[in-house]
Amino acid sequence: MAKGVKPRVKVPKTAAAGETITIKTLISHKMETGRRKDGDGNVIPRSIINRFTCAFNGKNVVDVNMEPAISVNPYFQFEATVPEAGEFVFTWYDDDGSVYEKKKSIKIA
Amino acid sequence: MNFTRRETMAVSGAALVASVLPIKLMASTTDLISGITGGTEASGDGISLTAPEIAENGNTVPISIDAPGAVAITVLAAGNPTPGVAKFNFGAGSGSQSCTTRIRLAGTQDVIAVAEMADGSFSAAHQTVKVTIGGCGG
Repeated sequence: MAKGVKPRVKVPKTAAAGETITIKTLISHKMETGRRKDGDGNVIPRSIINRFTCAFNGKNVVDVNMEPAISVNPYFQFEATVPEAGEFVFTWYDDDGSVYEKKKSIKIA
Repeated sequence: MNFTRRETMAVSGAALVASVLPIKLMASTTDLISGITGGTEASGDGISLTAPEIAENGNTVPISIDAPGAVAITVLAAGNPTPGVAKFNFGAGSGSQSCTTRIRLAGTQDVIAVAEMADGSFSAAHQTVKVTIGGCGG
């Protein structure tokens, strides 16, 4: 497991039924591309988050396949519709097999 | 970082080769688009790609893509060592087919977004981004 990985997610606490909300996610990760070299000229092996998914009550919102060209601390902003109260599940998949998960519930106002 | 004379020569030699051959190394924009669409003609409608004209730091270049009605959007960077950047698949819960993220660019190049629409057609948009400092190490 890569060190210092911390997922952060911004979801409104409440929404009107059927409303479209904006979600922002950020996960701290070094996203080593596998092209850089250390001081001795050895290639630093690739270590990135290769997939990110967001689901609401089991329904897929967005599913992103990531390549090394995504910046350090991958940031995503996207929109989701909220038909009823429920829970967003955010999942990040690391190259080394680790899975980072974060959940956020939302109420209908 | 300390460079020996030999390393310095090697680096400057590589830089010289790279400056002579940028066109050959850079995969062409149209080739990349047809690689995604499988040869189908991609229209320019229905997709918008927002990227800065000049990015001072190639390590984090903010981009946003908006393609109403798309099921998937593929983002490519034509001048990177590996052109693939990301593929966004939109599910039933998505409010709009748009996304904002930050990408790495190795140098001045075209950023391409190809959207696959629900009816199987494709839309593509591209924009040239000038990069002052490249962001792929090496």
